[in-house]
Amino acid sequence: MGVRTWIEGWPVYRQLTGTDPLGRGAAAQSQRSRTLTARTETADRVAKSVCPYCAVGCGQRIFVKDEKVIQIEGDPDSPISKGRLCPKGSASKSLVTSDRRQQKVLYRRPYATDWEELDLDTAMDMIADRVLAAREQTWEDKDEDGRPLNRTLGISSLGGATLDNEENYLIKKLFTAIGAIQIENQARI
Amino acid sequence: MAEAHPVGFQYVVEAKKRGAKVIHIDPRFTRTSALAHSYVPVRAGADIAFLGGIINYILSNEKDFREYVVAYTNAAMLVSEDFKDTEDLNGLFSGYDPEINAYDQSSWQYAGQQDEGQSRGQAHVDRETASGLEQESHGPPIPADVPRDLTLQDPRCVYQVLKRHYARYTPEVVERLCGVPQDKFLEVCEAWTANSGRERTTALVYSVGWTQHSVGVQYIRTGAIIQLLLGNMGRPGGGVMALRGHASIQGSTDIPTLFNLLPGYLPMPHHSQHETFDQWIDAIRHPEQKGFWANAKSFAVSLLKAYWGDAATEDNDFGYGWMPRLTGDHGIYQQVLDMIDGKIKGYFLLGQNPAVGSAHGRAQRLGMANLDWLVVRDLFMIESATFWKDGPEVATGEIVAEQCKTEVFFMPAANHAEKEGTFTQTQRMLQWREKAVEPPQDCRSELWFFYHLGRIIRERLADSKLERDQGVLNLAWNYPLHGKRGDEPSGEDVLFEINGYEVATHKPLSSFTEMKADGSTAGGCWIYTGVFKDGVNQAARRKPRTEQDWVAREWGWAWPADRRTLYNRASADPEGKPWSERKKYVWWDEEAGEWTGYDVPDFEKTKPPSYRPDKDATGVAAISGDDAFIMQGDGKGWLYAPSGLIDGPMPTHYEPVESTVRNPLYEQQANPTRKVYDRSDNLTNPSPPERHAEVYPYVFSTSRLTEHHTAGGMSRQLAYLSELQPEMFVEVSPELARERGLQHLGWAHIVTARAAIEAKVLVTDRLTPLRIEDRIVHQIWMPYHWGNEGLVTGDSANDLIGITLDPNVLIQESKVGTCDIQPGRRPTGKHLLDYVQSYRDRAELRPDHQAPLVTTEVEEEG
Repeated sequence: MGVRTWIEGWPVYRQLTGTDPLGRGAAAQSQRSRTLTARTETADRVAKSVCPYCAVGCGQRIFVKDEKVIQIEGDPDSPISKGRLCPKGSASKSLVTSDRRQQKVLYRRPYATDWEELDLDTAMDMIADRVLAAREQTWEDKDEDGRPLNRTLGISSLGGATLDNEENYLIKKLFTAIGAIQIENQARI
Repeated sequence: MAEAHPVGFQYVVEAKKRGAKVIHIDPRFTRTSALAHSYVPVRAGADIAFLGGIINYILSNEKDFREYVVAYTNAAMLVSEDFKDTEDLNGLFSGYDPEINAYDQSSWQYAGQQDEGQSRGQAHVDRETASGLEQESHGPPIPADVPRDLTLQDPRCVYQVLKRHYARYTPEVVERLCGVPQDKFLEVCEAWTANSGRERTTALVYSVGWTQHSVGVQYIRTGAIIQLLLGNMGRPGGGVMALRGHASIQGSTDIPTLFNLLPGYLPMPHHSQHETFDQWIDAIRHPEQKGFWANAKSFAVSLLKAYWGDAATEDNDFGYGWMPRLTGDHGIYQQVLDMIDGKIKGYFLLGQNPAVGSAHGRAQRLGMANLDWLVVRDLFMIESATFWKDGPEVATGEIVAEQCKTEVFFMPAANHAEKEGTFTQTQRMLQWREKAVEPPQDCRSELWFFYHLGRIIRERLADSKLERDQGVLNLAWNYPLHGKRGDEPSGEDVLFEINGYEVATHKPLSSFTEMKADGSTAGGCWIYTGVFKDGVNQAARRKPRTEQDWVAREWGWAWPADRRTLYNRASADPEGKPWSERKKYVWWDEEAGEWTGYDVPDFEKTKPPSYRPDKDATGVAAISGDDAFIMQGDGKGWLYAPSGLIDGPMPTHYEPVESTVRNPLYEQQANPTRKVYDRSDNLTNPSPPERHAEVYPYVFSTSRLTEHHTAGGMSRQLAYLSELQPEMFVEVSPELARERGLQHLGWAHIVTARAAIEAKVLVTDRLTPLRIEDRIVHQIWMPYHWGNEGLVTGDSANDLIGITLDPNVLIQESKVGTCDIQPGRRPTGKHLLDYVQSYRDRAELRPDHQAPLVTTEVEEEG
């Protein structure tokens, strides 16, 4: 290493002579950090997304590599959030990648003391059977004056504010068509 | 705002840097208070007294923006001679019927229209069906032609009625009721009024804890009245801004998963009011009505066409006969009580965790323990899925797994990165999310789940000839499937259907004005029409903010019609000129003959300010060129609501249902029209003038921490967030800590008639003891994020809360209640139940106890 290189290696020299007079960026960079590459730079693609927590609607950029989410950052283009995220939004990568996430269907039989695993298709069939049975048992055609009711009060559903508009639309459409009216969500809180 | 919506708060900080004054009014000092110029501690539950005091200040000092008020509000309209105020009737308005605890609203009407008001039976049905919610997109019906006095001098005009109503809400009364010193209160009054008018505007921001009161709708009304009087509506920098708490809670209200609504705030049919299609349509549009809502038939028919496609024809009333009907209150709280009573078979939970997040957690869990089956769709294991295994009632012995019949399916969900779709954020803006990755293993979107559930049900019923099954079989449910697995409906296809299209050509509609009532258009949510304008997903627009102006219209899409600020016609004066150069936003361009500006005008584009309707005009044609509030039946912003509200045409201070204070203003203690469920498992703590209020002597409130989200299902499972806020705690003032012997960082427990919970104690002067009347009121604060699942666990604050609802929208009073607090941990097991019962015994809360709706004085014993 020559003297010149040695002097230029000093952060204070770089701070005084370079473009970073406050010494908070390039001037303070070590040899090691100079050789590092942010994982966002090598991502295969970036999805434009929105934070899933509160209703401010902060823009997110979701970085994907090898079909895995490797980073979630605020979107600086967003006029709502200008690239910022709060602690929850900043932690949302672990919302996606946490190993605590439940990834398998679980089933608890009546009177059982623990869960068991269940195949997804079987669970869907069982749920459809139960919806139809509850509907059958509690169906009301008419009120006492003969006016139409067309409904079941045997089925309830709660939740929707964390879901997409398109999902809420299908939920309400299907439940209305099968006569289930007791459909509610977090807006009632 | 800094706590629960921190990224939105950056604009408050920016405004502050540019010279704006920031005032924070809250029972507790928070991160918002820390950055405000002025922090005003108030008593929880006294907001109408505080804001009513501001109205009184405005009116008695004539600080209102008079030109705006005369032109754009109903200040000049004359109210019926029959109307009697709470000031005349000791806390009740005219028309109260104690038998059904509802008003006959005829006397509240404008002069000459007493026959138009809702009958008492109608008001009762409206309460049961939370009909107030229908007005999120438009005002309630009223006839347009109303006598008025533009000088505002007539004693029957709204301006004078309002002035009399609030005359007693003086700074002295505010001090006595809210605990705010008069000089502090007047500082707020002066700042708000001085910063409003032609040149300046003031924004009122609230978070939705404001809705969680037995008078929640009236809280927000009071804020709206102030903002109308000061000319702060429809103008840049003004408004009443609701900060909502879930990513698409606005969307799930617009496209409702709510019992009483259909998309676009159309009412769910009611068995007696809407027996026929024509009755339903006329109840929505009111044929003589002024404004855009008169076109409601096109919106309703287009929805039915979107639901039932080709099977919806003029001959079968577009499938109206297949619609299920309401008979009354089918809200979530009624459902939970019905679950406890064994009336409900099955329950779906879709990303909601009522065991922790809803009022009266014990009732929620006991209800779930008495179902045939429960389907929980969530990302992580939540308390609502494990109530049978390790919930609080398992500890007390009230739920025993071997005796609990509920069959539980846990269906893992896809998260926001694993599906495409739109969220509607709190200012009505839709933003499209791209899918980043496939969901793992069994995780699926709700789009997948409900599409396939519908598919399987339809396959099961395919051969049915039963009338009841025809609505399902005729449903338009053929969504093309896509994705890596080839089994996922396309979010864009569904958004296209929501937007609406011409049936014959499948051409997307660009505006709800193109919707037709003859079945030639279909559209799933009329207020969202335009989101697929020109066949382009407008919600996916992402032009960087640095490349457009401050309104940023090329980012996302806002309903209705991409208007970013509602009622922005009011940003110009009656002649169409900006009120001031500083505050110009939308104005009339005389040469071009159209409205123009930074935003999409919230007005017919080519209707000049000078336009005046013919005498018998209806619908949009009846909207005058200076009627800025085009979705209101009279085109005006309402200072006084002649209809549409169950509990009164003007906000009135009532005490919370659980209060330590006797209402100093009226004999009537609490909202006389509130929705109650009097049951032995939903007892209410006594409040004055009932005896034994002293058993629960303190006021408590709850809210969020920055680091957690609602019931914790999306935050207590994450390591970073759990580390940042690891433990349930309760904040108390040093004075209360001394009074009750509470140690900082020690344990305390909190008791109500429903439950006792424990928490670590944080002694802090963030809470201020307040002098109310002649005594000190102590307030306690808790976060409500904890439950027994997750990386960090703790007792749930919502277990403390009972079920009493606002009559307009059936939302619970959960931001104020009374309690006791004692040092040390709570008892466990069966002893916990005995302990809670010992408080009830001391308070003489027998199983049949009912808090009186109409207050009568109780004679003191002895």
